[in-house]
Amino acid sequence: MMVNVTSSGTQRPLRRNSQTDEIPTMSAEEQIKDTVTTNDVVLFMKGTKAMPQCGFSNHVVGVLTTIGVEFQDVDVLADPEIRQGIKNYSDWPTIPQLYVKGEFVGGCDIISEMTMSGELDALLDKSGVSYSKEAAKKIRDANG
Amino acid sequence: MPMLANDIEALIRETFPDAKITINDLAGDGNHFSAEVVEESFRNLNRVQQQRAVYASLKGKMDGAHGELHALQLTTKAPD
Repeated sequence: MMVNVTSSGTQRPLRRNSQTDEIPTMSAEEQIKDTVTTNDVVLFMKGTKAMPQCGFSNHVVGVLTTIGVEFQDVDVLADPEIRQGIKNYSDWPTIPQLYVKGEFVGGCDIISEMTMSGELDALLDKSGVSYSKEAAKKIRDANG
Repeated sequence: MPMLANDIEALIRETFPDAKITINDLAGDGNHFSAEVVEESFRNLNRVQQQRAVYASLKGKMDGAHGELHALQLTTKAPD
């Protein structure tokens, strides 16, 4: 298992081993699979959760942070192979991409709709991911 | 070259001739659009499947740095 991304915003390129700084032998696809299966919630985004580099990525970070979901961020701008690889992996052309328990959930628009409809709550409940129901309701009340 | 709202609609229309399609140029720069596609065949698909189908109809226009379309805010559903 590769644990070479941090959630602090000081992220290294995903495919670089933080101990040796060498590019591991895993392919981009293997790295992606490993990341989404060893973390409950993963957001592939432009920039880091501390410093998003795109409005769409920023929006999803905002939703997840507001409702208190712990997630692993992966900056696709740090590695072109991951940037292309994640699009192939999900057959989805845009970033950000949210994964819960290894399953692709959607991008910015889908996450926004699911937040408003309560489907995101249902998915997190079903997946055993902790979050604040109250905060999710507040988002709905403020935007409804 | 920036895309026009009409071009986007025409591409989607090729794949979904009977859909109700609404395109808006969000920033007026030919680069940030919203599209709503209301299509009967979406009824039994989840959102990811619906939107994958719409992206596929755009035939690579969304692809990477060379894509002509940077941002498409997509809403898909089946008719009420």
